[in-house]
Amino acid sequence: MSAAGYSAAKDDADAPIVVRGLVNRFGDHTVHDGLNLTVRKGEVMGLVGGSGAGKTVLLNSIIGLRRPDEGEVRVFGKDMSDVDDAEMEEIERRWGVLFQSGALWSSLTVRENVGAPVIEHTNLGPDLADEIADLKLALVGLSPVAGDLKPSELSGGMKKRVGLARALALDPELVFLDEPTAGLDPIGAAAFDTLIRDLATNLGLTVFMVTHDLDSLYAVCDRVAVIADKKIVAHATVQELEKSDHPWIREYFLGPRGRAAAAAEETT
Amino acid sequence: MQAADFRIDSSAGKTRLVLIGDWTATALGQVGERLARALGGAAIQSVATEDLGRFDTTGAFALLKATGGALPAEALAERPQARRILDLVSSADTSRPPSAPRPDPIQKTLEKIGRGVAHIGVELYRGLAFNGHLLAVTGRVLVNPRRIRWAAWFEQIERAGLDALPIVAVTTFFIGAVVAFLGADLLQQFGASVFVVELIGVAVMREFSVVITAVLLAGRSASSFAAEIGAMKMNQEVDAMRVLGVDPFDALVLPRIVALLLMTPLLTFVADLSGLFGGALVVWSKLDLSPAFYVERISQNISAAHFWVGLSKAPVFALVVAAIGCRQGLAVGGDVESLGRRVTSAVVQAIFSIIAIDAVFALIYLEMNV
Repeated sequence: MSAAGYSAAKDDADAPIVVRGLVNRFGDHTVHDGLNLTVRKGEVMGLVGGSGAGKTVLLNSIIGLRRPDEGEVRVFGKDMSDVDDAEMEEIERRWGVLFQSGALWSSLTVRENVGAPVIEHTNLGPDLADEIADLKLALVGLSPVAGDLKPSELSGGMKKRVGLARALALDPELVFLDEPTAGLDPIGAAAFDTLIRDLATNLGLTVFMVTHDLDSLYAVCDRVAVIADKKIVAHATVQELEKSDHPWIREYFLGPRGRAAAAAEETT
Repeated sequence: MQAADFRIDSSAGKTRLVLIGDWTATALGQVGERLARALGGAAIQSVATEDLGRFDTTGAFALLKATGGALPAEALAERPQARRILDLVSSADTSRPPSAPRPDPIQKTLEKIGRGVAHIGVELYRGLAFNGHLLAVTGRVLVNPRRIRWAAWFEQIERAGLDALPIVAVTTFFIGAVVAFLGADLLQQFGASVFVVELIGVAVMREFSVVITAVLLAGRSASSFAAEIGAMKMNQEVDAMRVLGVDPFDALVLPRIVALLLMTPLLTFVADLSGLFGGALVVWSKLDLSPAFYVERISQNISAAHFWVGLSKAPVFALVVAAIGCRQGLAVGGDVESLGRRVTSAVVQAIFSIIAIDAVFALIYLEMNV
């Protein structure tokens, strides 16, 4: 993926996500210490980091599930620490979140799960909500027959697809994906990568994805943010990161698995 | 956000559709139906997008639905992003096979009754299977006491037994006091108020302390056993034990049953004391009978049999409460709903069984003249 379109220094004013000086602590343990991050409009940003580096904590801070100890998080230009209810509802309408294991509501059918945001946030009737849910299911590659199933009847890969369909239900501008390909087989993961890339391009989405999957980074992400030493140590394209001299980044991208993923990307 | 709208310009037999505003999920409203009605099946020759704001898949869906998919090939060509969305939506296959017809209500009711009856049989069978397994495991542990998981046993003894002490003591204290109030009121009318001491002694020791303790444990322990084991089952922790060669009955069920078996009689004893104490306070304050007199009367006029009758029921109740809790926990399936259902039925079944067994005990002891 070329990042040429983004490399020019651009004003952060319309950036959907801006994080400045974020500090998160659990007791004595500091997870983030003055972390800065900017996700620009229309890009697919990957977030990588070692286990326990605070990727999910960062995601939770951005989507408002965790109140940061210090620092500022702005989503769509609004400071998340002092949005009122109406502004928050407006923001919630403009983003979609795919949780790690799908987080589907187990008492609802797949169709009701996907249609729930439509019913919650628009004045479209239940019939139209069902049809829109079927459309979203089709977009993520599921047949409408799956709409009648309960989440407990789905495989892991299908749950992720349904979760993505639910995240896309209101055609958000910004989508958060927490380890979208974790737990999928390589074929399923590759298909999911292609799906995310296609949807991002066709729907003009801004995507912020937490991932461990090197193949996903090469296949999907325009830029990658690396979290290490309690900060974002790099914001760059994969190609630039390969040349980085930060020890963790070198280990990550130039280790055996990183080289394999890079080789796979070159041959495609 | 500007609400979605449209205008239809017809000139020289050509229909031009002008899209206005944001055609997005949140701004769409009823515009789809209005457009369908306004067109009335007429074909569209061109689509104007100068006034079109944002356009998303829901908007595309509404547009395609209202026009029956009959849009000119070059529609939206001047807005590549919108055109891509339109293509994406029009190529998505959302045809749903006709859903099965709804069963008629009578058939549905009959089906529900049938399932309920079959369910009773299945539950009975599974209950027996559980008891059999439990007996086998108990036998195995008795033959080979080194298999005993002491740490788990003591943890459960603390959590299910010791931690229940305050609530058991407080509840039975009030029960003793209530019995004393009622008795004092009634017996005073016959001038026999002094017999309230006997009433308290018999009622508390024979019935109330053990039944209240068991019901509290049903609410407290049967539910937590079912929820804990059920959550472990959903989390595949039980499977992880099985593949390690650890029998979940050994590691999960037996410690809980032993804990309640040991602790319920002790809790019942505490409940006896606390119930009698509650009664004593009421007798003292309301009837002005001194605690010394109260103790003397209890020890002289109430046979120890009442105490032993009450205590003899404790292990039976303990077994029933713990076994029902564990069995329901192990029956949890993969979804959250079944967890909720199983925890509910654990508590309901446990309380029902306590009352039913208590009635059976009452009959037996009546026959035995105890």
